[in-house]
Amino acid sequence: MHVSRRGFFKVCAAGMSGSSLVAMGFAPTAALAEVRQFKLAHTTETRNTCPYCSVACGLLVYSIGDGAKNTKAKVIHIEGDPDHPVNRGTLCPKGAGLLDFVSSPARLKYPEVREAGTNEWKRISWEEAYSRITRLMKDDRDANFIEKNADGVTVNRWLSTGFLAASASPSEAGYITHKVVRNLGMLAFDNQARV
Amino acid sequence: MALQSLDIKRRSATTTPSPQARETLEVAKLIDVSACIGCKACQAACMEWNDIREEVGTNVGVYDNPNDLTAHQWTVMRFDEVETDDGGLEWLIRKDGCMHCEDPGCLKACPSPGAIIQYSNGIVDFHEENCIGCGYCITGCPFNVPRISKQDGKAYKCTLCSDRVAVGQAPACAKVCPTGAIQFGSKEKMKEYAETRITDLKERGYDNAGLYDPAGVGGTHVMYVLHHADKPALYHNLPKDPTISPTVSLWKGITKPLAMAALGAAALGSLFHYVMKGPNEVSKELEDEMEREDERLRALEKEDAK
Amino acid sequence: MTNTWSDIKNADVVLIMGGNAAEAHPCGFKWVIEAKKLNKAKLVVVDPRFTRSASVADYYAPIRTGTDIAFLGGVINYLLTNDKIQHEYVKAYTDFTFLVDDNFSFENGLYSGYNAEKRSYDKSTWQYQRGADGYVLTDPTLENPRCVYQLMKKHYSRYTPDVVSNICGTPEKQFLKVCEYIASTSGTGRVMTIMYALGWTQHSQGSQIIRTGAMVQLLLGNIGVKGGGMNALRGHSNIQGLTDLGLMTNLLPGYMTLPSEKEADYRAYIDKRAPKPMRPNQMSYWQNYEKFHVSLMKAWYGKAATADNNWCYDWLPKLDKPHDVLQVFEDMYHGEVNGYFCQGFNPLAAFPNKHKLNTALAKLKYLVIMDPLATETSEFWKNYGDLNDVDTASIQTTVFRLPTTCFAEESGSLVNSARWLQWHWKGAEPPGEAKPDTEIMAGLHLHLRELYKKEGGAFPDPILNLDWPYKMPHEPSSEELAKEFNGKALEDLADPADPTKIIRKAGEQLDGFAQLRADGSTACGCWIFAGSWTQAGNQMARRDNSDPYGDGQTQNWAWSWPANRRILYNRASADPSGKPWDSKRRLVWWDGKKWAGDDVPDFAPASAPEVGMGPFIMNPEGVSRFFARDMMVEGPFPEHYEPTETPIDVNPMNNNPQAIYNPASRIFKGDLENFGTSAEFPYAGTTYRLTEHFHYWTKHVHINAVLQPQQFVEIGEGLAHEKGIANGDQVQVSSKRGYIRAVAVVTKRIRALKVNGKTVHQVGIPIHWGFLGQAKAGYIANTLVPFVGDANTQTPESKSFLVNIEKI
Repeated sequence: MHVSRRGFFKVCAAGMSGSSLVAMGFAPTAALAEVRQFKLAHTTETRNTCPYCSVACGLLVYSIGDGAKNTKAKVIHIEGDPDHPVNRGTLCPKGAGLLDFVSSPARLKYPEVREAGTNEWKRISWEEAYSRITRLMKDDRDANFIEKNADGVTVNRWLSTGFLAASASPSEAGYITHKVVRNLGMLAFDNQARV
Repeated sequence: MALQSLDIKRRSATTTPSPQARETLEVAKLIDVSACIGCKACQAACMEWNDIREEVGTNVGVYDNPNDLTAHQWTVMRFDEVETDDGGLEWLIRKDGCMHCEDPGCLKACPSPGAIIQYSNGIVDFHEENCIGCGYCITGCPFNVPRISKQDGKAYKCTLCSDRVAVGQAPACAKVCPTGAIQFGSKEKMKEYAETRITDLKERGYDNAGLYDPAGVGGTHVMYVLHHADKPALYHNLPKDPTISPTVSLWKGITKPLAMAALGAAALGSLFHYVMKGPNEVSKELEDEMEREDERLRALEKEDAK
Repeated sequence: MTNTWSDIKNADVVLIMGGNAAEAHPCGFKWVIEAKKLNKAKLVVVDPRFTRSASVADYYAPIRTGTDIAFLGGVINYLLTNDKIQHEYVKAYTDFTFLVDDNFSFENGLYSGYNAEKRSYDKSTWQYQRGADGYVLTDPTLENPRCVYQLMKKHYSRYTPDVVSNICGTPEKQFLKVCEYIASTSGTGRVMTIMYALGWTQHSQGSQIIRTGAMVQLLLGNIGVKGGGMNALRGHSNIQGLTDLGLMTNLLPGYMTLPSEKEADYRAYIDKRAPKPMRPNQMSYWQNYEKFHVSLMKAWYGKAATADNNWCYDWLPKLDKPHDVLQVFEDMYHGEVNGYFCQGFNPLAAFPNKHKLNTALAKLKYLVIMDPLATETSEFWKNYGDLNDVDTASIQTTVFRLPTTCFAEESGSLVNSARWLQWHWKGAEPPGEAKPDTEIMAGLHLHLRELYKKEGGAFPDPILNLDWPYKMPHEPSSEELAKEFNGKALEDLADPADPTKIIRKAGEQLDGFAQLRADGSTACGCWIFAGSWTQAGNQMARRDNSDPYGDGQTQNWAWSWPANRRILYNRASADPSGKPWDSKRRLVWWDGKKWAGDDVPDFAPASAPEVGMGPFIMNPEGVSRFFARDMMVEGPFPEHYEPTETPIDVNPMNNNPQAIYNPASRIFKGDLENFGTSAEFPYAGTTYRLTEHFHYWTKHVHINAVLQPQQFVEIGEGLAHEKGIANGDQVQVSSKRGYIRAVAVVTKRIRALKVNGKTVHQVGIPIHWGFLGQAKAGYIANTLVPFVGDANTQTPESKSFLVNIEKI
């Protein structure tokens, strides 16, 4: 094996410059070595369920703070719940990326309306949203509700407005949605199971 | 926490010996390629836990995304489609990233004190506060793993989640892995577990199944179970017998005493350079030269062998 | 799923077909890997593509998309001709011995009773033979040529290995190898599980594909046992729950059904749904229908629902026809729908034929979006160049977009694929002014109620009388709603066996659906969920993960419907005498006095084996059906039909032009012209998802956008060579409905298949892109999909259609 003198010095220079710097008091920072602090130490852990597929993996959601009145909880990390009998702490690439779902820039924050023919969203209040939507619903229902069909049979249906229900909302939301929607006589009613 | 969370075994460019009295557990991550579905949960968990986000890239005709390791993507899946002799197909998927060598080339090559640390549990960790961005770790790495950040000019790579391991948790990638293709524990347990997997694979007709724990780097703290351990190159050119670049070996090995003598002059020169031009430019220049030197040395070695 | 996720570890053979569990359900797929480790199980994958599931399989066989019935029909033929069936099981637990109407027939692709003009059947001959006592006639010798066994054997004798290979493109040798793996579980000591998903449902004959899979499992005795079953891997976290709760055009909660307009009479409505047993001593559990129904109406209408008004029967809307999503968008397209709500749903991306959807949505007067994310549907009116080329100014739809919470910001239960109701807790406040769906629905109802109170209007009775007992009427809590769907006693409930004993006092939560009454003394919002929140508290929140039998059933983790039962039809895990078929896999058994076991018996707890009650207690037959009677629209036995758009133009199983594709599928006028031909669009396109993404959500998620950043399509090397397409090239994939542009991934994992003398190339089309999100903007893949559904469920045929591909 041959090492040229020049090469040797280059290696030496590179390898030891740091040491020599330290020796001469020029170190950029003290050469302390420590691992990053464990970032979950005093966060609040909440048990949750992954909203994606129906394996329904158990999640541990970690938020800043301890629930004290003046602390606003913010999710900073999500990982698998090791107690969960199906996922046993594991997650898939979607579950492992859930933090970026919770804080996605595409999250909607305020009720909005796009008026007919326009090209932009306009922020409105919840009250305005409710009153305008229910006004439209009532006008449509009152105009198009079918109490009896051509044969005179009572059918009490409303076909001119339809409703697609969520597939990731809790069952409690599903239940109340069914209760409210069917009660209006709606039949154009479906959920993601159809597709 | 500081120094107490994990004992340090070796520290780059440091002559002070590390404490050795305590015997801590050697850990390892085992990647069972035969159970890997390439789902990239490990990539996602790595980004999430380590607070790194690569930019959204493009598709270049393969599933590998991001297309290579970066300062923001410390592990990537490498996909290879291999046709078998009987006309069948194997989709070999290997999780690429730092192997946490027992004999770490990066650490040996690193000129900045305390920028690269090896803990007594085997984890090789980069401490970017101390990194001068010279890129020697890349040259020193037989697996081509470290990457320099475009943001801060410092080198980054997998830490084996040393922060998690320090408090008794598995690395994020190992915990998240849905099929259990990534396992974590003591190196001894991992080798035992690997044996059971290899036996199973042999029963399923993979006669050459085996463990990848290459001796050339003193063994690794990230090991693979391969169905074709005789042909690691099938898995996106996993080196069959990786060794540390001879230049780096030479420096840390035979020539160290000589180097000590030469230190004064060389270091002064280097310091001058450092102060005048800054670390990044130095790195580029020196790295290029070092690589050229490497090439030349390899050629010479070959001639010697003849 | 008949079984549970962790139960998959008990399998000896895992067949993944019509799904790609490793890709779409990685954490559930872990139990396949466990089965391989624990039982040396073999994983067999049959798929048009060599998938991520295939990458860790013991055996892979290719198949042309949409030909699964031919493949599985061939498996049935293999099992019957090679005598690889579990004889005692099929004889006792299926309709093998039942005799079928003499006039039932099958000829040249069609069953008896076909009406070509209406594209539907008169199903009057699709029935059993009945004796004078009303019971079905049987032949225990199985020799009668009209018994189900003989008819089925004859039907599937046509599906020989060469016929299968010719249709599916699967090389005969590979088909037979798969048959061998499957047949290895025909004895009582070995079990196979089947895992499937939308790869089976999204076809014009999807329901029949699934039936064929179930028939294979029944022949092998693999239903009702540990490690077996038919396991539908559902796509969304609560799609099971939403279906259980009946949020579909024709359903009520708990798989009760809405009346049609022909059912004006309450009693007739109930009687039709409470069938008498077809064989002696059978349970026919739906006989309790009225108890479930009345309890539901009490939960909805409280005191207003009385025996005198038939529990508000007239208030329920009556169906003229099913208004499934395809029907609704068809009507919308013709300007017959004015308002539409999308709650956590992105139909513009999820439904077929984007162009038609865009046109339809633009005819709405108002559209209301409730979603945590900005969906493409919410911006259907906005021009995104080639990706969504619309004329904004001309679209007169008023669109409201209401922000909702996501999982981390709300409490409640989700029902997983294995029917587990699992409670989760809120971990943070929602962004801005986002609200949970429960609150939004309450807001809509209360505002409408106020309007109707003030102004009157069309049929206000149900709106004014809907029971609304919530402590904060504008914010019903998840806890209150969960208690409501579990059900409670409205009066003290006396024990039917001993009327001096009160089993539940008025106001107490019920223990299960056995306590429901048809006299108005109980209220229950969803009978199959009864038991989830009892007087003892929230059973869905249970977190004891102990597994005392080591079989992965974890009985005390969360709560599973029905009755916390983990494996459906588990009576079938024991032989007719009540002894487990396999002592290693024992699940329930007769202990001399009652049914005992590791799981809650799916059976009458005290019915001795000698009585002869069958294990399929929901069926009036008491046994499982190979012969579906009149319950499917295209026939009692599954038959292979080509996809509506076929690359081979003919159905090799017949020479009947009426029976090339599903003869009973619903095709709207106008869509027929939108079907392509193989001359114009020669390749078989199929859509699917990737593991890095979840539908159209995760393109908004940075991490996932990094992992799979840009839209692509996959083609085999053969097709790439023919079309001069190199890996990474930009290509245009077009169908009769439109086109998408994407990067080409050229792969060895998709191979050309020899089908009916022709080379068929398949084009793989991942779905996850759209014009919004952090991932690179892309085309909505469903642009290409034909507007036709499965003939029974109307699930769009997204898995098989015709496309062309060109380099651009």
